[in-house]
Amino acid sequence: MQEDKLTLYGEQFNSRFLLGTALYPSPRSMRDAVAAAGCDIVTLGLRRQNPADKDGEAIWDYIRQSGCKLLPNTAGCTSAKEAVTLAQMSREIFDTAWIKLEVIGDEYNLQPDPFGLVEAAATLIQQGFKVLPYCTDDLILCRRLLDAGCQVLMPWGAPIGTGQGLLNRYNLHTLRTRLADTPLIIDAGLGAPSQAAEAMEMGFDAVLLNTAVAKARDPVSMAAAFATAIEAGRQAFRAGLMHKRQTASPSTPTVGQPFWHQKKP
Amino acid sequence: MRVKVSLNNETAEIAAGTSLSEAIEQWQLGGKKIAVAVNGEFVPRSAYPLTQLAPGDQIDIVKPVGGG
Repeated sequence: MQEDKLTLYGEQFNSRFLLGTALYPSPRSMRDAVAAAGCDIVTLGLRRQNPADKDGEAIWDYIRQSGCKLLPNTAGCTSAKEAVTLAQMSREIFDTAWIKLEVIGDEYNLQPDPFGLVEAAATLIQQGFKVLPYCTDDLILCRRLLDAGCQVLMPWGAPIGTGQGLLNRYNLHTLRTRLADTPLIIDAGLGAPSQAAEAMEMGFDAVLLNTAVAKARDPVSMAAAFATAIEAGRQAFRAGLMHKRQTASPSTPTVGQPFWHQKKP
Repeated sequence: MRVKVSLNNETAEIAAGTSLSEAIEQWQLGGKKIAVAVNGEFVPRSAYPLTQLAPGDQIDIVKPVGGG
């Protein structure tokens, strides 16, 4: 097979696994999980400075030392204005124009606000950002985000941190089919490697997750398990899955079957 | 004269006429990996010395954390 790189905003990556850096039992377990995942891109965030928080500095040191491309987020923002301001702060602090754009519309299920998302995306793209929006699986929203200038979309599998997997396969299939040339990353809601493999088998370009690894009993092993599943799913997609069918069909040849005789007339 | 501002949602006192860069030094955040917004507007690092803080200003100073 030909070389299989992930291309996002003109940059190429070997890994199709993007990993979050929050919620780990310790900074060191985060560092080891990122290494085990073999990922090229990690997400991170910005929060108010608290001088007493020493863990925070360790996390940043480990993230920087990982050599991964940084994808800062606007997590927690509930308006386009907040998200734009936080993105501007991220660009300065991390020296990157890449931003995982989150505008949350509902505090209970952390569902993206489609209207705020499009508004913030348009503003940020005008300011030179490379926007990767965390969005729902709605086709029209995704089109509006592309119209605004996004070159990558990150539809949810399920609400953040739920581990529910791919809740709306019809919508996700629709996105994959209708937006065939757009890099699509399943972001959020995955709880098991099998779910990540399924997303990749469906033809999604990459997977972004955090909680399923960070909250595993052994985050490092779970990171490795997801990495393997993502690779397997991608390879299966490229190999071409068989079509499901209703009736059984023998896999062993029927010609030459012993003990088989035509009934005598 | 001293005036009150909000620093990360907590009250802080600074001398009237203090610039943002002076305030950052006073809060011992000089040289740290931080970014700043005043009253919800991003303030680039280059503008810290030119930004005069006023009574009641809301200053948000953020730093990197793990994120998903």
